[in-house]
Amino acid sequence: MQIYLPIAEVSVNAFLLLGLGGMVGILSGMFGVGGGFLMTPLLFFIGIPPAVAVATEANQIVASSFSGVLAHFRRKTVDLRMGVVLLIGGLVGAALGVFVFNYLKSLGQVDLLVKLCYVVFLGVIGGLMFIESLNAIRKTAKGGAVPKRKKHNWIHKLPFKMRFRVSGLYISVIPPLLVGLVVGILAAIMGVGGGFIMVPAMIYLLGMPTKVVVGTSLFQIIFVTAFTTMLHATTNFTVDVVLAVLLLVGGVIGAQIGTRIGVKMKAEQLRILLAIMVLAVCGKLAFDLLVMPSELYSIGAAEGH
Amino acid sequence: MRLLMILLCLALPAAAEEVVLGLSQKEVAITTNFDGSEIFVFGAVKRDAPQPEGKLGVIVTISGPPVPVSVRKKERRFGIWVNTDVVEIEAAPSYYAVATSGPIDDVLDTRENILRRVTVTSMIQSISAPTTVLDATGYVKALIRIREKAEAFQLLEGKVVIDDDTLFRTRIKLPAALTEGAYQTRILLTRDGQVVDHYQTAIDVRKVGLERWLYSLSRNQPFLYGLMSLAIAIFAGWGASAAFSLLRN
Repeated sequence: MQIYLPIAEVSVNAFLLLGLGGMVGILSGMFGVGGGFLMTPLLFFIGIPPAVAVATEANQIVASSFSGVLAHFRRKTVDLRMGVVLLIGGLVGAALGVFVFNYLKSLGQVDLLVKLCYVVFLGVIGGLMFIESLNAIRKTAKGGAVPKRKKHNWIHKLPFKMRFRVSGLYISVIPPLLVGLVVGILAAIMGVGGGFIMVPAMIYLLGMPTKVVVGTSLFQIIFVTAFTTMLHATTNFTVDVVLAVLLLVGGVIGAQIGTRIGVKMKAEQLRILLAIMVLAVCGKLAFDLLVMPSELYSIGAAEGH
Repeated sequence: MRLLMILLCLALPAAAEEVVLGLSQKEVAITTNFDGSEIFVFGAVKRDAPQPEGKLGVIVTISGPPVPVSVRKKERRFGIWVNTDVVEIEAAPSYYAVATSGPIDDVLDTRENILRRVTVTSMIQSISAPTTVLDATGYVKALIRIREKAEAFQLLEGKVVIDDDTLFRTRIKLPAALTEGAYQTRILLTRDGQVVDHYQTAIDVRKVGLERWLYSLSRNQPFLYGLMSLAIAIFAGWGASAAFSLLRN
Protein backbone atom coordinates (compact mmCIF):
# COMPACT_ATOMS: atom_id res chain seq x y z
CA MET A 1 0.00 0.00 0.00
CA GLN A 2 1.57 3.25 -1.15
CA ILE A 3 1.33 6.21 1.15
CA TYR A 4 2.05 9.83 0.23
CA LEU A 5 4.17 11.61 2.83
CA PRO A 6 2.89 15.20 3.04
CA ILE A 7 6.18 16.89 3.99
CA ALA A 8 8.73 14.68 2.25
CA GLU A 9 6.47 14.84 -0.86
CA VAL A 10 7.31 11.31 -1.89
CA SER A 11 5.14 8.24 -2.11
CA VAL A 12 6.48 5.16 -0.33
CA ASN A 13 5.17 1.76 0.61
CA ALA A 14 3.62 1.89 4.09
CA PHE A 15 4.60 -1.71 4.82
CA LEU A 16 8.21 -0.96 3.88
CA LEU A 17 8.24 1.79 6.50
CA LEU A 18 6.53 -0.38 9.11
CA GLY A 19 8.98 -3.19 8.34
CA LEU A 20 11.96 -0.85 8.52
CA GLY A 21 10.72 0.48 11.85
CA GLY A 22 10.17 -3.07 13.06
CA MET A 23 13.61 -4.26 11.97
CA VAL A 24 15.44 -1.37 13.60
CA GLY A 25 13.13 -1.82 16.61
CA ILE A 26 14.19 -5.47 16.98
CA LEU A 27 17.84 -4.45 16.85
CA SER A 28 17.36 -1.62 19.33
CA GLY A 29 15.47 -3.95 21.68
CA MET A 30 18.22 -6.58 21.38
CA PHE A 31 21.09 -4.21 21.99
CA GLY A 32 19.40 -1.59 24.15
CA VAL A 33 20.29 1.25 21.79
CA GLY A 34 18.03 3.90 20.29
CA GLY A 35 18.51 2.80 16.71
CA GLY A 36 18.48 6.33 15.27
CA PHE A 37 21.98 5.83 13.90
CA LEU A 38 20.71 2.88 11.86
CA MET A 39 17.31 4.30 10.92
CA THR A 40 18.50 7.63 9.49
CA PRO A 41 20.93 6.08 6.96
CA LEU A 42 18.28 3.50 6.01
CA LEU A 43 15.87 6.35 5.28
CA PHE A 44 18.52 7.88 2.99
CA PHE A 45 18.78 4.56 1.18
CA ILE A 46 15.03 4.36 0.45
CA GLY A 47 14.98 7.88 -0.98
CA ILE A 48 13.74 10.13 1.82
CA PRO A 49 15.49 13.52 1.51
CA PRO A 50 18.28 13.65 4.16
CA ALA A 51 16.94 16.88 5.72
CA VAL A 52 13.52 15.25 6.25
CA ALA A 53 15.08 12.00 7.49
CA VAL A 54 17.15 13.76 10.14
CA ALA A 55 14.33 15.97 11.43
CA THR A 56 11.72 13.20 11.43
CA GLU A 57 14.06 10.78 13.16
CA ALA A 58 14.50 13.30 15.98
CA ASN A 59 10.72 13.34 16.38
CA GLN A 60 10.58 9.55 16.43
CA ILE A 61 13.32 9.26 19.05
CA VAL A 62 11.37 11.49 21.47
CA ALA A 63 8.50 9.05 21.31
CA SER A 64 10.48 5.83 21.48
CA SER A 65 12.50 7.11 24.46
CA PHE A 66 9.38 8.28 26.29
CA SER A 67 8.07 4.89 27.40
CA GLY A 68 11.64 3.88 28.28
CA VAL A 69 12.22 6.81 30.60
CA LEU A 70 8.90 6.20 32.39
CA ALA A 71 10.04 2.70 33.27
CA HIS A 72 13.34 4.06 34.60
CA PHE A 73 11.54 6.69 36.71
CA ARG A 74 9.50 3.92 38.30
CA ARG A 75 12.69 2.03 39.14
CA LYS A 76 14.30 5.29 40.39
CA THR A 77 17.28 4.86 38.07
CA VAL A 78 17.36 8.45 36.77
CA ASP A 79 19.88 10.94 38.16
CA LEU A 80 17.77 14.05 37.62
CA ARG A 81 20.49 16.47 38.66
CA MET A 82 23.02 14.97 36.26
CA GLY A 83 20.27 14.77 33.64
CA VAL A 84 19.59 18.49 33.90
CA VAL A 85 23.29 19.40 33.62
CA LEU A 86 23.62 17.16 30.54
CA LEU A 87 20.43 18.69 29.19
CA ILE A 88 21.69 22.29 29.47
CA GLY A 89 24.75 21.32 27.44
CA GLY A 90 22.50 19.40 25.06
CA LEU A 91 20.16 22.31 24.33
CA VAL A 92 23.07 24.63 23.52
CA GLY A 93 24.57 21.89 21.35
CA ALA A 94 21.30 21.28 19.49
CA ALA A 95 20.91 24.98 18.71
CA LEU A 96 24.51 25.07 17.44
CA GLY A 97 23.92 21.91 15.43
CA VAL A 98 20.79 23.22 13.70
CA PHE A 99 22.62 26.47 12.95
CA VAL A 100 25.51 24.58 11.29
CA PHE A 101 22.98 22.31 9.52
CA ASN A 102 21.08 25.26 8.03
CA TYR A 103 24.27 27.05 7.04
CA LEU A 104 25.61 24.03 5.17
CA LYS A 105 22.19 23.44 3.64
CA SER A 106 22.44 26.88 2.06
CA LEU A 107 25.83 25.85 0.63
CA GLY A 108 24.39 22.57 -0.68
CA GLN A 109 26.76 20.56 1.50
CA VAL A 110 24.35 19.23 4.12
CA ASP A 111 24.16 15.71 2.67
CA LEU A 112 27.92 15.50 2.76
CA LEU A 113 28.08 16.78 6.35
CA VAL A 114 25.49 14.27 7.56
CA LYS A 115 27.10 11.37 5.73
CA LEU A 116 30.63 12.28 6.82
CA CYS A 117 29.48 12.53 10.44
CA TYR A 118 27.97 9.07 10.11
CA VAL A 119 31.07 7.55 8.57
CA VAL A 120 33.36 9.04 11.24
CA PHE A 121 31.20 8.25 14.27
CA LEU A 122 29.97 4.84 13.17
CA GLY A 123 33.52 3.92 12.18
CA VAL A 124 35.08 4.97 15.48
CA ILE A 125 32.34 3.57 17.73
CA GLY A 126 31.95 0.36 15.73
CA GLY A 127 35.70 -0.21 15.65
CA LEU A 128 36.18 0.40 19.37
CA MET A 129 33.22 -1.78 20.27
CA PHE A 130 34.46 -4.57 18.03
CA ILE A 131 37.95 -4.58 19.57
CA GLU A 132 36.63 -4.30 23.10
CA SER A 133 34.14 -7.13 22.82
CA LEU A 134 36.70 -9.30 21.03
CA ASN A 135 39.05 -8.79 23.99
CA ALA A 136 36.22 -9.50 26.43
CA ILE A 137 35.39 -12.77 24.69
CA ARG A 138 39.07 -13.77 24.77
CA LYS A 139 39.29 -12.93 28.49
CA THR A 140 36.19 -14.88 29.50
CA ALA A 141 37.55 -17.80 27.51
CA LYS A 142 40.73 -17.61 29.64
CA GLY A 143 38.67 -17.11 32.78
CA GLY A 144 40.37 -13.83 33.76
CA ALA A 145 38.92 -11.22 36.13
CA VAL A 146 36.93 -8.19 34.95
CA PRO A 147 39.25 -5.17 34.79
CA LYS A 148 38.71 -2.49 37.43
CA ARG A 149 37.82 1.09 36.51
CA LYS A 150 40.16 3.88 37.53
CA LYS A 151 38.57 5.98 40.26
CA HIS A 152 40.55 9.20 39.89
CA ASN A 153 41.56 10.99 36.71
CA TRP A 154 42.08 14.51 35.37
CA ILE A 155 38.36 15.17 35.57
CA HIS A 156 38.57 15.44 39.35
CA LYS A 157 40.95 18.41 39.10
CA LEU A 158 38.43 20.70 37.31
CA PRO A 159 36.61 23.54 39.16
CA PHE A 160 32.80 24.10 39.68
CA LYS A 161 32.27 20.86 41.54
CA MET A 162 28.78 19.65 42.24
CA ARG A 163 27.37 16.75 44.21
CA PHE A 164 25.32 14.19 42.26
CA ARG A 165 23.69 12.15 45.01
CA VAL A 166 21.98 9.46 42.93
CA SER A 167 25.20 8.70 41.05
CA GLY A 168 27.29 9.05 44.22
CA LEU A 169 29.63 11.52 42.50
CA TYR A 170 31.26 14.81 43.44
CA ILE A 171 32.68 16.17 40.19
CA SER A 172 32.98 19.35 38.15
CA VAL A 173 29.99 20.30 35.99
CA ILE A 174 32.26 21.03 33.01
CA PRO A 175 32.65 17.45 31.70
CA PRO A 176 28.89 16.63 31.78
CA LEU A 177 28.13 19.98 30.14
CA LEU A 178 30.62 19.19 27.37
CA VAL A 179 29.30 15.66 26.93
CA GLY A 180 25.77 17.10 26.67
CA LEU A 181 26.94 19.71 24.14
CA VAL A 182 28.56 17.15 21.84
CA VAL A 183 25.49 14.91 22.01
CA GLY A 184 23.22 17.89 21.25
CA ILE A 185 25.22 18.81 18.15
CA LEU A 186 25.10 15.21 16.95
CA ALA A 187 21.35 14.99 17.59
CA ALA A 188 20.72 18.03 15.40
CA ILE A 189 23.07 17.06 12.57
CA MET A 190 22.68 13.29 12.47
CA GLY A 191 19.11 12.76 13.69
CA VAL A 192 20.21 10.44 16.48
CA GLY A 193 19.60 10.39 20.20
CA GLY A 194 23.31 10.15 20.83
CA GLY A 195 23.02 7.35 23.38
CA PHE A 196 25.82 5.49 21.65
CA ILE A 197 28.21 8.35 22.50
CA MET A 198 26.68 9.44 25.79
CA VAL A 199 26.47 6.04 27.51
CA PRO A 200 30.19 5.20 27.11
CA ALA A 201 31.11 8.79 28.03
CA MET A 202 29.01 8.63 31.21
CA ILE A 203 30.53 5.34 32.28
CA TYR A 204 34.17 5.84 31.36
CA LEU A 205 34.57 9.63 31.50
CA LEU A 206 32.22 10.68 34.29
CA GLY A 207 32.44 7.43 36.22
CA MET A 208 28.69 7.09 36.76
CA PRO A 209 27.29 3.80 38.06
CA THR A 210 25.98 1.67 35.18
CA LYS A 211 22.47 1.27 36.61
CA VAL A 212 21.61 4.99 36.38
CA VAL A 213 23.34 5.58 33.02
CA VAL A 214 20.58 4.42 30.67
CA GLY A 215 17.71 6.18 32.48
CA THR A 216 19.64 9.44 32.79
CA SER A 217 20.72 9.41 29.16
CA LEU A 218 17.13 8.73 28.04
CA PHE A 219 15.97 11.68 30.15
CA GLN A 220 18.47 13.98 28.39
CA ILE A 221 17.73 12.51 24.95
CA ILE A 222 13.97 13.15 25.19
CA PHE A 223 14.35 16.85 25.83
CA VAL A 224 17.23 17.42 23.42
CA THR A 225 15.52 15.60 20.54
CA ALA A 226 12.21 17.35 21.32
CA PHE A 227 14.05 20.67 21.12
CA THR A 228 15.74 19.59 17.88
CA THR A 229 12.37 18.57 16.42
CA MET A 230 10.96 22.00 17.21
CA LEU A 231 13.99 23.76 15.69
CA HIS A 232 13.80 21.71 12.48
CA ALA A 233 10.01 22.11 12.30
CA THR A 234 10.15 25.89 12.66
CA THR A 235 13.21 26.67 10.53
CA ASN A 236 13.29 23.97 7.85
CA PHE A 237 9.69 22.61 7.82
CA THR A 238 11.14 19.13 7.46
CA VAL A 239 9.39 17.11 10.19
CA ASP A 240 7.08 14.55 8.57
CA VAL A 241 4.67 13.35 11.21
CA VAL A 242 3.14 10.63 9.02
CA LEU A 243 6.59 9.13 8.43
CA ALA A 244 7.42 9.39 12.14
CA VAL A 245 4.25 7.60 13.26
CA LEU A 246 4.70 4.74 10.77
CA LEU A 247 8.30 4.17 11.82
CA LEU A 248 7.31 4.43 15.45
CA VAL A 249 4.55 1.84 15.40
CA GLY A 250 6.85 -0.65 13.69
CA GLY A 251 9.66 0.32 16.03
CA VAL A 252 7.76 -0.18 19.29
CA ILE A 253 6.53 -3.63 18.28
CA GLY A 254 9.99 -4.58 17.02
CA ALA A 255 11.62 -3.42 20.24
CA GLN A 256 9.40 -5.74 22.31
CA ILE A 257 10.41 -8.72 20.18
CA GLY A 258 14.05 -7.65 20.22
CA THR A 259 14.18 -7.44 24.02
CA ARG A 260 13.06 -11.05 24.22
CA ILE A 261 15.75 -12.19 21.76
CA GLY A 262 18.37 -10.10 23.59
CA VAL A 263 17.73 -11.85 26.93
CA LYS A 264 18.66 -15.21 25.38
CA MET A 265 22.06 -14.04 24.13
CA LYS A 266 25.37 -13.32 25.85
CA ALA A 267 26.42 -9.69 26.32
CA GLU A 268 29.72 -10.09 24.44
CA GLN A 269 28.05 -11.81 21.50
CA LEU A 270 25.46 -9.05 21.36
CA ARG A 271 28.08 -6.34 21.40
CA ILE A 272 30.18 -7.92 18.67
CA LEU A 273 27.07 -8.33 16.50
CA LEU A 274 26.13 -4.69 17.04
CA ALA A 275 29.71 -3.66 16.23
CA ILE A 276 29.62 -5.59 12.96
CA MET A 277 26.31 -3.97 12.00
CA VAL A 278 27.53 -0.47 12.82
CA LEU A 279 30.65 -1.10 10.73
CA ALA A 280 28.53 -2.41 7.84
CA VAL A 281 26.39 0.75 7.70
CA CYS A 282 29.54 2.85 8.00
CA GLY A 283 31.14 0.89 5.17
CA LYS A 284 28.17 1.37 2.86
CA LEU A 285 28.12 5.13 3.46
CA ALA A 286 31.89 5.41 3.02
CA PHE A 287 31.70 3.36 -0.17
CA ASP A 288 29.11 5.78 -1.60
CA LEU A 289 31.35 8.74 -0.84
CA LEU A 290 34.51 7.14 -2.23
CA VAL A 291 33.23 5.52 -5.41
CA MET A 292 32.39 7.67 -8.41
CA PRO A 293 28.60 8.08 -8.41
CA SER A 294 26.70 7.00 -11.51
CA GLU A 295 25.02 10.40 -11.65
CA LEU A 296 27.40 13.28 -10.99
CA TYR A 297 24.70 15.91 -10.87
CA SER A 298 21.97 16.44 -8.30
CA ILE A 299 18.94 18.69 -8.17
CA GLY A 300 18.12 20.79 -5.14
CA ALA A 301 15.79 23.59 -4.24
CA ALA A 302 17.28 26.93 -5.21
CA GLU A 303 18.53 29.29 -2.52
CA GLY A 304 18.14 32.99 -2.11
CA HIS A 305 14.64 33.15 -3.53
CA MET B 1 7.80 41.22 -31.44
CA ARG B 2 7.32 37.64 -30.37
CA LEU B 3 3.79 38.35 -29.26
CA LEU B 4 3.02 39.87 -32.63
CA MET B 5 4.33 36.77 -34.38
CA ILE B 6 2.17 34.50 -32.24
CA LEU B 7 -0.82 36.69 -32.98
CA LEU B 8 -0.12 36.52 -36.68
CA CYS B 9 0.25 32.77 -36.55
CA LEU B 10 -3.01 32.46 -34.72
CA ALA B 11 -5.08 34.99 -36.59
CA LEU B 12 -4.73 33.63 -40.08
CA PRO B 13 -5.71 29.99 -40.03
CA ALA B 14 -7.65 29.81 -36.75
CA ALA B 15 -10.92 30.44 -38.49
CA ALA B 16 -10.50 27.29 -40.58
CA GLU B 17 -9.75 24.78 -37.80
CA GLU B 18 -10.32 24.88 -34.06
CA VAL B 19 -9.57 22.57 -31.13
CA VAL B 20 -12.40 21.43 -28.89
CA LEU B 21 -11.07 19.82 -25.75
CA GLY B 22 -12.20 17.38 -23.13
CA LEU B 23 -10.35 16.27 -20.04
CA SER B 24 -11.05 13.24 -17.90
CA GLN B 25 -10.55 15.39 -14.83
CA LYS B 26 -9.99 19.02 -14.02
CA GLU B 27 -8.43 18.23 -10.67
CA VAL B 28 -5.99 15.73 -9.25
CA ALA B 29 -6.37 15.19 -5.52
CA ILE B 30 -3.31 14.03 -3.63
CA THR B 31 -4.73 11.88 -0.88
CA THR B 32 -2.88 9.81 1.70
CA ASN B 33 -2.84 6.76 -0.56
CA PHE B 34 -2.07 8.71 -3.74
CA ASP B 35 -0.10 6.52 -6.12
CA GLY B 36 0.12 8.53 -9.29
CA SER B 37 -2.68 9.27 -11.70
CA GLU B 38 -3.53 9.12 -15.37
CA ILE B 39 -5.05 12.00 -17.27
CA PHE B 40 -7.16 11.17 -20.28
CA VAL B 41 -7.06 14.04 -22.77
CA PHE B 42 -9.47 13.93 -25.69
CA GLY B 43 -10.98 16.34 -28.15
CA ALA B 44 -12.00 17.10 -31.68
CA VAL B 45 -11.01 19.38 -34.52
CA LYS B 46 -13.87 21.70 -35.47
CA ARG B 47 -14.00 22.87 -39.10
CA ASP B 48 -16.15 25.43 -40.85
CA ALA B 49 -14.68 24.66 -44.26
CA PRO B 50 -13.43 21.53 -46.05
CA GLN B 51 -10.19 20.11 -44.71
CA PRO B 52 -7.16 22.16 -45.74
CA GLU B 53 -4.01 20.70 -47.26
CA GLY B 54 -1.07 19.46 -45.18
CA LYS B 55 -0.52 16.80 -42.58
CA LEU B 56 -2.53 17.19 -39.38
CA GLY B 57 -0.67 16.96 -36.07
CA VAL B 58 -1.79 17.18 -32.44
CA ILE B 59 0.51 17.95 -29.52
CA VAL B 60 -0.58 17.79 -25.89
CA THR B 61 1.63 19.21 -23.16
CA ILE B 62 1.11 19.13 -19.41
CA SER B 63 3.41 21.27 -17.31
CA GLY B 64 3.82 21.39 -13.56
CA PRO B 65 4.38 24.72 -11.79
CA PRO B 66 7.77 26.19 -12.76
CA VAL B 67 10.10 26.59 -9.79
CA PRO B 68 13.72 27.71 -9.45
CA VAL B 69 16.12 24.83 -8.91
CA SER B 70 19.83 24.51 -8.39
CA VAL B 71 21.78 21.79 -10.12
CA ARG B 72 25.01 20.74 -8.45
CA LYS B 73 27.89 18.76 -9.81
CA LYS B 74 30.02 16.39 -7.80
CA GLU B 75 33.78 16.31 -8.11
CA ARG B 76 36.44 14.32 -6.37
CA ARG B 77 38.01 16.33 -3.56
CA PHE B 78 40.38 14.78 -1.02
CA GLY B 79 39.36 11.33 -2.23
CA ILE B 80 35.61 11.74 -1.73
CA TRP B 81 32.89 12.95 -4.05
CA VAL B 82 31.50 16.31 -2.99
CA ASN B 83 29.22 18.93 -4.52
CA THR B 84 31.30 21.68 -6.05
CA ASP B 85 29.86 23.96 -8.73
CA VAL B 86 26.25 25.01 -8.83
CA VAL B 87 24.06 26.33 -11.63
CA GLU B 88 20.79 28.04 -10.80
CA ILE B 89 17.94 27.47 -13.21
CA GLU B 90 15.34 30.14 -12.70
CA ALA B 91 12.34 28.18 -13.87
CA ALA B 92 12.04 24.46 -14.43
CA PRO B 93 8.73 22.64 -14.22
CA SER B 94 8.57 19.91 -11.60
CA TYR B 95 6.69 17.84 -14.16
CA TYR B 96 6.53 18.08 -17.93
CA ALA B 97 4.95 15.76 -20.46
CA VAL B 98 4.70 16.15 -24.23
CA ALA B 99 2.52 13.77 -26.22
CA THR B 100 2.43 13.99 -30.00
CA SER B 101 0.63 12.30 -32.85
CA GLY B 102 3.91 11.47 -34.59
CA PRO B 103 7.67 12.07 -34.42
CA ILE B 104 8.15 15.52 -32.92
CA ASP B 105 10.17 16.82 -35.88
CA ASP B 106 7.37 15.88 -38.26
CA VAL B 107 4.49 17.43 -36.35
CA LEU B 108 6.23 20.55 -35.17
CA ASP B 109 8.47 22.99 -36.96
CA THR B 110 11.74 23.80 -35.12
CA ARG B 111 11.03 27.53 -35.12
CA GLU B 112 7.52 26.99 -33.77
CA ASN B 113 8.95 24.71 -31.11
CA ILE B 114 11.29 27.42 -29.83
CA LEU B 115 8.62 30.11 -30.14
CA ARG B 116 6.00 28.23 -28.18
CA ARG B 117 8.43 26.43 -25.89
CA VAL B 118 7.01 23.00 -26.54
CA THR B 119 9.77 20.45 -25.94
CA VAL B 120 11.46 20.33 -22.59
CA THR B 121 14.76 21.83 -23.79
CA SER B 122 13.02 24.92 -25.10
CA MET B 123 10.88 25.03 -21.95
CA ILE B 124 13.75 25.41 -19.49
CA GLN B 125 15.30 28.81 -19.71
CA SER B 126 17.07 31.50 -17.73
CA ILE B 127 20.22 29.85 -16.48
CA SER B 128 22.49 31.74 -14.16
CA ALA B 129 25.85 30.09 -13.88
CA PRO B 130 28.95 31.42 -12.13
CA THR B 131 31.79 32.35 -14.47
CA THR B 132 33.79 29.34 -13.23
CA VAL B 133 31.27 27.00 -14.84
CA LEU B 134 32.07 26.51 -18.50
CA ASP B 135 29.55 23.84 -19.47
CA ALA B 136 26.27 25.30 -18.18
CA THR B 137 24.32 23.34 -20.78
CA GLY B 138 25.66 20.13 -19.26
CA TYR B 139 23.79 21.05 -16.09
CA VAL B 140 20.54 21.55 -17.97
CA LYS B 141 21.03 18.22 -19.72
CA ALA B 142 21.64 16.60 -16.34
CA LEU B 143 18.43 18.10 -14.96
CA ILE B 144 16.47 16.71 -17.90
CA ARG B 145 18.18 13.32 -17.64
CA ILE B 146 17.44 12.99 -13.90
CA ARG B 147 13.83 14.09 -14.27
CA GLU B 148 13.29 11.81 -17.28
CA LYS B 149 14.58 8.89 -15.25
CA ALA B 150 12.07 9.72 -12.51
CA GLU B 151 9.33 9.91 -15.17
CA ALA B 152 8.79 13.55 -14.25
CA PHE B 153 9.72 14.54 -17.81
CA GLN B 154 8.13 12.50 -20.57
CA LEU B 155 8.24 12.71 -24.33
CA LEU B 156 5.47 10.51 -25.71
CA GLU B 157 5.98 10.55 -29.46
CA GLY B 158 3.13 9.03 -31.42
CA LYS B 159 0.99 8.54 -28.33
CA VAL B 160 -1.77 10.87 -29.51
CA VAL B 161 -4.24 8.86 -31.59
CA ILE B 162 -6.13 10.72 -34.32
CA ASP B 163 -9.30 9.19 -35.79
CA ASP B 164 -10.64 10.35 -39.15
CA ASP B 165 -8.52 13.53 -38.95
CA THR B 166 -11.08 14.81 -36.44
CA LEU B 167 -11.06 13.06 -33.08
CA PHE B 168 -7.93 12.76 -30.98
CA ARG B 169 -7.13 11.21 -27.62
CA THR B 170 -4.17 10.37 -25.38
CA ARG B 171 -3.37 9.19 -21.89
CA ILE B 172 -0.67 10.87 -19.83
CA LYS B 173 0.67 9.40 -16.61
CA LEU B 174 1.31 11.55 -13.57
CA PRO B 175 3.90 10.05 -11.20
CA ALA B 176 3.29 9.42 -7.48
CA ALA B 177 5.78 12.09 -6.39
CA LEU B 178 3.80 15.15 -7.50
CA THR B 179 4.05 18.68 -6.22
CA GLU B 180 1.06 20.94 -5.83
CA GLY B 181 -0.03 23.64 -8.21
CA ALA B 182 -1.80 24.47 -11.44
CA TYR B 183 -0.68 22.09 -14.20
CA GLN B 184 -0.93 24.01 -17.47
CA THR B 185 -2.35 21.84 -20.21
CA ARG B 186 -1.92 22.87 -23.84
CA ILE B 187 -3.24 21.38 -27.05
CA LEU B 188 -1.54 22.48 -30.25
CA LEU B 189 -3.05 21.72 -33.62
CA THR B 190 -0.54 21.72 -36.48
CA ARG B 191 -0.60 21.51 -40.26
CA ASP B 192 2.79 20.59 -41.79
CA GLY B 193 4.51 21.59 -38.58
CA GLN B 194 2.85 25.02 -38.39
CA VAL B 195 0.57 25.66 -35.42
CA VAL B 196 -2.94 26.48 -36.63
CA ASP B 197 -4.78 26.57 -33.33
CA HIS B 198 -4.14 26.10 -29.67
CA TYR B 199 -6.12 25.68 -26.53
CA GLN B 200 -4.96 26.09 -22.94
CA THR B 201 -6.46 25.05 -19.65
CA ALA B 202 -5.18 24.09 -16.20
CA ILE B 203 -5.48 20.97 -14.12
CA ASP B 204 -5.47 21.69 -10.43
CA VAL B 205 -3.24 19.34 -8.46
CA ARG B 206 -3.90 19.68 -4.77
CA LYS B 207 -3.30 17.85 -1.56
CA VAL B 208 -6.63 17.17 0.08
CA GLY B 209 -7.91 16.10 3.48
CA LEU B 210 -5.26 15.11 5.97
CA GLU B 211 -2.41 15.79 3.53
CA ARG B 212 -3.62 19.33 2.90
CA TRP B 213 -4.17 19.99 6.59
CA LEU B 214 -0.77 18.72 7.74
CA TYR B 215 1.11 20.49 4.98
CA SER B 216 -0.49 23.88 5.50
CA LEU B 217 -0.17 23.60 9.27
CA SER B 218 3.55 22.85 8.95
CA ARG B 219 4.05 25.97 6.82
CA ASN B 220 1.67 28.42 8.47
CA GLN B 221 1.91 27.35 12.11
CA PRO B 222 5.28 25.56 12.32
CA PHE B 223 5.50 25.91 16.10
CA LEU B 224 2.08 24.38 16.62
CA TYR B 225 2.87 21.69 14.05
CA GLY B 226 6.09 20.82 15.89
CA LEU B 227 4.27 20.52 19.21
CA MET B 228 1.54 18.46 17.60
CA SER B 229 4.09 16.11 15.96
CA LEU B 230 5.74 15.56 19.33
CA ALA B 231 2.41 14.93 21.05
CA ILE B 232 1.20 12.52 18.37
CA ALA B 233 4.51 10.66 18.33
CA ILE B 234 4.66 10.35 22.12
CA PHE B 235 1.07 9.20 22.27
CA ALA B 236 1.57 6.67 19.46
CA GLY B 237 4.74 5.31 21.04
CA TRP B 238 3.20 5.06 24.47
CA GLY B 239 -0.02 3.62 23.06
CA ALA B 240 1.76 0.96 21.02
CA SER B 241 3.86 -0.22 23.96
CA ALA B 242 0.83 -0.17 26.29
CA ALA B 243 -1.18 -2.20 23.77
CA PHE B 244 1.67 -4.67 23.46
CA SER B 245 1.98 -5.20 27.20
CA LEU B 246 -1.82 -5.61 27.45
CA LEU B 247 -1.65 -8.23 24.74
CA ARG B 248 1.08 -10.09 26.60
CA ASN B 249 -0.85 -10.34 29.90
